[in-house]
Amino acid sequence: MSTLLQMHPADWLNLFVHYLSLSLLAVGGAITTAPDMHRYLVDQQHWMTESQFTASITLAQAAPGPNVLFIALMGWQVGVNSGSLMNALMGMAITMTGILLPSTTLTYIASRWGHNNRDLRAVRAFKQGMAPVVVGLILATGWLMSRAHGDPAKDWPLWLLTAVTAIIVWKTRVHLLWLLAAGGFMGWMGWI
Amino acid sequence: MNLPPPQDHPQPRSLSDLFISFSLLALQGFGGVLAVVQHELVERKRWLTREEFIEDWAVAQIMPGPNVVNLSMMIGSRYFGLRGALTALAGMLTFPLVVVLCMALAYSHFADNPQVAGALRGMGAVAAGLIIATGIKLISALERHPLGKPACLLLAALCFGAVALLQWPLLYVLGGLGLLACVLTWRKIRP
Repeated sequence: MSTLLQMHPADWLNLFVHYLSLSLLAVGGAITTAPDMHRYLVDQQHWMTESQFTASITLAQAAPGPNVLFIALMGWQVGVNSGSLMNALMGMAITMTGILLPSTTLTYIASRWGHNNRDLRAVRAFKQGMAPVVVGLILATGWLMSRAHGDPAKDWPLWLLTAVTAIIVWKTRVHLLWLLAAGGFMGWMGWI
Repeated sequence: MNLPPPQDHPQPRSLSDLFISFSLLALQGFGGVLAVVQHELVERKRWLTREEFIEDWAVAQIMPGPNVVNLSMMIGSRYFGLRGALTALAGMLTFPLVVVLCMALAYSHFADNPQVAGALRGMGAVAAGLIIATGIKLISALERHPLGKPACLLLAALCFGAVALLQWPLLYVLGGLGLLACVLTWRKIRP
């Protein structure tokens, strides 16, 4: 950004409302609403560049913690583009509160209700019935993450590392951080 | 069905225990926190059984919002109500937020470093393996399922195929396969 972004109070409010409205649509994780954030922040409002948008997602994926933090980075970036650290902190607070407030409130109420009515046949059927689907979903998540490695013929060491990691975690009780450190080290050295 | 005894496994001792536990979980969660939550809370601390974990994860997945954030709130609220939910939420977000901001500040200096890119690639590959192992371990929780293990494995395989291979939108898979699984289970557990 060559010139500083002008953010008026109404703009901050719009940013907040946009994230509020996306919150309840984020079924399957906040990342499912990323295309709409891109449309709004980059294409429509020009509050950040294409590469800043992509970097926010990549950084949050690489960092420890929930991936939803990419939304904090987007708010941060809008604030940085408008020129001050205070704005950056405010932007972060605005986007995170917006995306989390509706969904966490709804989840809290629904899970309390479910817990208090856990003997209802419908509640038991829902929770137990979803179990096999959930297992399939978790395996699918791991598969989709591996696919990001690229072509198995060329990037086979990465696929091998994924497979070996899965077997080690499945069969032993080794601490997960050792495995992550080993993977990071092998990548740093350029072995994979 | 008789009420399962809720006190048959350890619990978080206090709100600060909850906060510290979730902070440590979150800070270990490179490439997603799911594998670490399952490993630490189910295998090590035993706050949840595998069956309870799957049930909670199903709800966390169905509800809008980030899955692990939903899951941490649900686990926190199970032991300490609203205070527990907010404490777990704070634990899950506070320190990772600080870390990710530091990374954002440092990023401009290291973005082009091939060693940093390589390390991230290696950790990404390990993170994928962690998730796959989590899924494999949770298969054992289907052992005593009302539908029987073969039917469960078939449903899990169909779900995997739809999401991983066909890449159908999650909403359709949950609405279709999920609904089917729930209706079948509902018929099986007829009182």
